[in-house]
Amino acid sequence: MIEVLKAGLYDTIQDLGRMSYQEFGVPISGVMDRYSATLANSILGNSSHAAVLESVIVGPHLKFNQETAICISGADMNVTLNNLELKTNAVYQVEAGDVLKFGTCSYGCRSYVAVLGGFQTEIQMGSRSMYKGVTAIYKLNKGDILPILKTDNFTGNSFSSVKIDKSHFQVQEFEVLKGPEFEKLDEIEKQKLFNTTFSISKDSNRMAYQFDEILDNSLQDIITSLVLPGTVQLTPSGKLIVLMRDCQITGGYPRVLQLTEKSINKLVQQFIGCKIAFKCLK
Amino acid sequence: MNFELTYRRFSERSILVEWPQEISEIILKDVLFYKNSLLSKHSESIVQVNNAYNSILVIYNHTIDNVNDEILTLKAHYIDRKVVKKEVTKLFKIPVCYDEEYGLDLVAISEEKKMSISEIIKRHSQSIYTVYFIGFLPGFLYLGGLDEQLHFPRKKSPRLQIKKGTVAIGGEQTGIYPNASPGGWNIIGNSPIDLFLPKKKEPCFAKSGDKIKFVAVSRLEYDDIALKVKQGLYTIESEVIDD
Repeated sequence: MIEVLKAGLYDTIQDLGRMSYQEFGVPISGVMDRYSATLANSILGNSSHAAVLESVIVGPHLKFNQETAICISGADMNVTLNNLELKTNAVYQVEAGDVLKFGTCSYGCRSYVAVLGGFQTEIQMGSRSMYKGVTAIYKLNKGDILPILKTDNFTGNSFSSVKIDKSHFQVQEFEVLKGPEFEKLDEIEKQKLFNTTFSISKDSNRMAYQFDEILDNSLQDIITSLVLPGTVQLTPSGKLIVLMRDCQITGGYPRVLQLTEKSINKLVQQFIGCKIAFKCLK
Repeated sequence: MNFELTYRRFSERSILVEWPQEISEIILKDVLFYKNSLLSKHSESIVQVNNAYNSILVIYNHTIDNVNDEILTLKAHYIDRKVVKKEVTKLFKIPVCYDEEYGLDLVAISEEKKMSISEIIKRHSQSIYTVYFIGFLPGFLYLGGLDEQLHFPRKKSPRLQIKKGTVAIGGEQTGIYPNASPGGWNIIGNSPIDLFLPKKKEPCFAKSGDKIKFVAVSRLEYDDIALKVKQGLYTIESEVIDD
């Protein structure tokens, strides 16, 4: 098991989420950046469904009470193991008593820790993804104990890290499809969606990303309809909202754009204050 | 009767099908009929179908290469839609205590509408409501059928915390908060039942298409039911309805 010595800003256990329960109003949840989380699992030889620890901007301090192996992907938060600096996207063996500490973030904003076999926290509705009202705890706190699998035949450190495409963390243009209500916008409103540089607002979290800029909006609200992570809504006050992994399953604001899966994985590595723009896919 | 539906790509792995833009039980029935027909086809590529008032979202397990082909398949299926197994529709009786201790906004609604509190309670508990779908929060039922005389605008500034089980009116809608949450609806009572139990196989007792009736209970009955719910001994009264 692993003990949380110090919690980060918002640490959660996540897997690829909870499908098949949306009919009960349950969000899909799951890792915000599927690309990075899947990378951590695959470097370690885990299934892509293994649960990982997601941190944002400030990560936790963890103490291992048994041996395992780990891989860290996503944002580079200058993580140390017993005060020795670790590379991202590399496999490290961990012994009982070792302490893993997250440092300051040098690029990206969401980091993933995978352990051999995945974290073994509670399963609710087929998923370990933490969500308020569904799992007993919805984020990690100091003193929490995270069960992991016993391992006995680990072959050792890999001494090399997998090279990744850093553009995943540097992109500023995000590919989108047109949303169901896009064609109801007038020409100027349509152009503004693609000509405006948007700044990620402080009200951005696992449920949605919001932006500071205000657009003209002539659209009426719609009869409450279906949404997905990546749906971009335009509110009556002219604000854009990008729904994220913990979003509700329905919404009443016009859906003007839809981020591609790749774009969602990249946008969640951009933090408050970052400037972004949307680019329409044909 | 066949409706004029619109089909469009929603995301890389989903297609949105929309019925005419209105809220009606006839549309809901067709939405659910088509949804269940698609699901009973045991298609390997369709992993999930979500519904709201007048739309379904068909989610595939892979990126859709040729949207037009998939849309043609969906259109053909709509024409041939049929359900092998008929869904059982149920009417659930939900106990609600409308005492002022719980019905925090009853006095305000009564004064504004010049309608007695007992008349508000009578009208709210005599209607039969249709569950259109579940959303907003896990276990939050979107109900249709609120008496027009009880339509009441949402509060200008929402309350930061609304109690679990709160029964409230927001505009043309009424609903029950399955868990404590911020909310801008007007509070008229509280129900002691659980609307969402994550550990159960069916975490919510009702589904799209079911019916709900509220039954007014006294504070004493409320406490009695709340205790039974806590002990796991309470079953929501229900009957199968044929429609």
